[in-house]
Amino acid sequence: MAERGFDVARLPGFASIAIAAFLALYVPILTLVLYSFNAGNSVALWQGFSLHWYGDAWNNDAVKSAAVRSLVIATCASAIATTVATMAALGTTRRRAFRGQTLIYVAINQPLMVPEIVTAVALLIVFGIVKTWTGYQGLGYLILAHSAFCVPFAYLPIRARLEGMDLSLETAAADLYATPWQAFRRVTLPLLAPGIVAGAMLAFVISLDDVVITEFVKSGGQDTLPTYMLGQMRRAITPEVNAISTALLALTVLLLTAFFLLTRKRE
Amino acid sequence: MEPTVTISARHVVKAFGQGSSSIRALDDVSVDIRRGEFFTLLGPSGCGKTTLLRLIAGFEAPTAGEILLDGADITRLPPNRRPVNTVFQSYALFPHLTVAENIGFGLRMQRRPAAEVKATTERMLALVKLDTLAGRRTSQLSGGQQQRVALARALAPAPKVLLLDEPLSALDLKLRKEMQIELKRLQMETGITFIFVTHDQEEALTMSDRIGVMSNGQLQQVGTPREIYTTPMNRFVAGFIGETNFLAGTAGPGAVVLQGGARVVAEHDRTGAVTLAIRPEQVRIVPAGEDGAIPARVRDLVYFGTTRIII
Repeated sequence: MAERGFDVARLPGFASIAIAAFLALYVPILTLVLYSFNAGNSVALWQGFSLHWYGDAWNNDAVKSAAVRSLVIATCASAIATTVATMAALGTTRRRAFRGQTLIYVAINQPLMVPEIVTAVALLIVFGIVKTWTGYQGLGYLILAHSAFCVPFAYLPIRARLEGMDLSLETAAADLYATPWQAFRRVTLPLLAPGIVAGAMLAFVISLDDVVITEFVKSGGQDTLPTYMLGQMRRAITPEVNAISTALLALTVLLLTAFFLLTRKRE
Repeated sequence: MEPTVTISARHVVKAFGQGSSSIRALDDVSVDIRRGEFFTLLGPSGCGKTTLLRLIAGFEAPTAGEILLDGADITRLPPNRRPVNTVFQSYALFPHLTVAENIGFGLRMQRRPAAEVKATTERMLALVKLDTLAGRRTSQLSGGQQQRVALARALAPAPKVLLLDEPLSALDLKLRKEMQIELKRLQMETGITFIFVTHDQEEALTMSDRIGVMSNGQLQQVGTPREIYTTPMNRFVAGFIGETNFLAGTAGPGAVVLQGGARVVAEHDRTGAVTLAIRPEQVRIVPAGEDGAIPARVRDLVYFGTTRIII
């Protein structure tokens, strides 16, 4: 008899560990979603079904302005990060290997490795200096900070897509009288598009969800949804926070589903 | 009248890598390719034939030497400014475009009028017999159909020279035979100079007007298929093209004495140690002792369908 290969599913306790892991992942989220529909004002004691916390959140001007701010920052930051990431990905895949290539790769992905709190403190100090110099207090700081830490999230799918692309297609375009720009515009870019969209959506979600850096960088009155929620939690927790979280979750799930569908179409 | 030369390579050297570790993929290659001919670069893999093709296309620059097109130096021109198109080994069809869009790509990049692009695309579709598949994506086509699209795409801008990089190697035997005939027909109909790269000697012999045999980065011999086959310049060419028996011997007047002592009548102008190259079809089996016969033993019979090869 041929021996079976190692199969993790046949280890004792495999099923129970798997179930426990899924419970740990999803029970808290399900609880959060469930209590967003609570009629009472407790996040732990069920008092009947109601949608009024959604209504409350919708009519809350602070929530509304925080939501708009979050969306503005996420849109701008993901656009900037995706542009930078696309250029970085082209620069690191579409030219001869050069000295220090690995170093560049590590440098681009720095935000994935440096603890976020360190970046946050560093930005707080640097932006503090810039603020006193220039007097500018606007959203620019947040957009800049978000753009920076979103770059690797946009970079990775774009780079993966570029590396999977058949290089002879670009050669063929050049052979058929396409200038370097035409070859990029007519061949590379259309084939790269799914990677760019995926990268942009990932960057958008990452920006939307950021707390630590935003909390350190924001000026007064510049709450985003996550920092607003954090502020609320310090006072009294009502199911309104659950309702906002659920809405945020829905948006994220929507974007990530689109992301997976797009990347799956690759083959 | 001398035939006109289209592509001329002069003392072309291409070295990869640097310093002592560099490899000469092409080592001083010079060749003239005539207008309208079907020229084949034949050689084993790694002999430099594809490198020479890529230099003519402009995908790479030679380390030394120059390449002329109709007498003009194109050595430093980028590929998009050379009236030379390539059929890639992998076809390299654009997966995001339809068959018709693929074929029209070169013309659109040249900013030809839309009506001309449309007319030429239709003519090309008819030429390669793909009229009914114009709107398909290339991923929905069979290997043979993709091959035809690649051909039509490269022919559509009416290049002066068409380069073909082992385009038939991915096809099965039957389809390959069909495409050989098809390629020859297209070359005759369009009158375009074809430079065809292959390692398949039969392909080279059946399709080419002239063949350049390459090995180790050098052109060993250039000639018509008949010249290459019947008067190979050296042992490599003789061994690479067709089946050949090599017999060592010593040259004497009007004959060669083999190591076993047998005498083979041959006209030659050599002296000393020589190697006789004998094609199997030149061997006749005769009774022992007949004039000019070499004693030999039949060791095995291999059945080959219509013919038998006697070893």
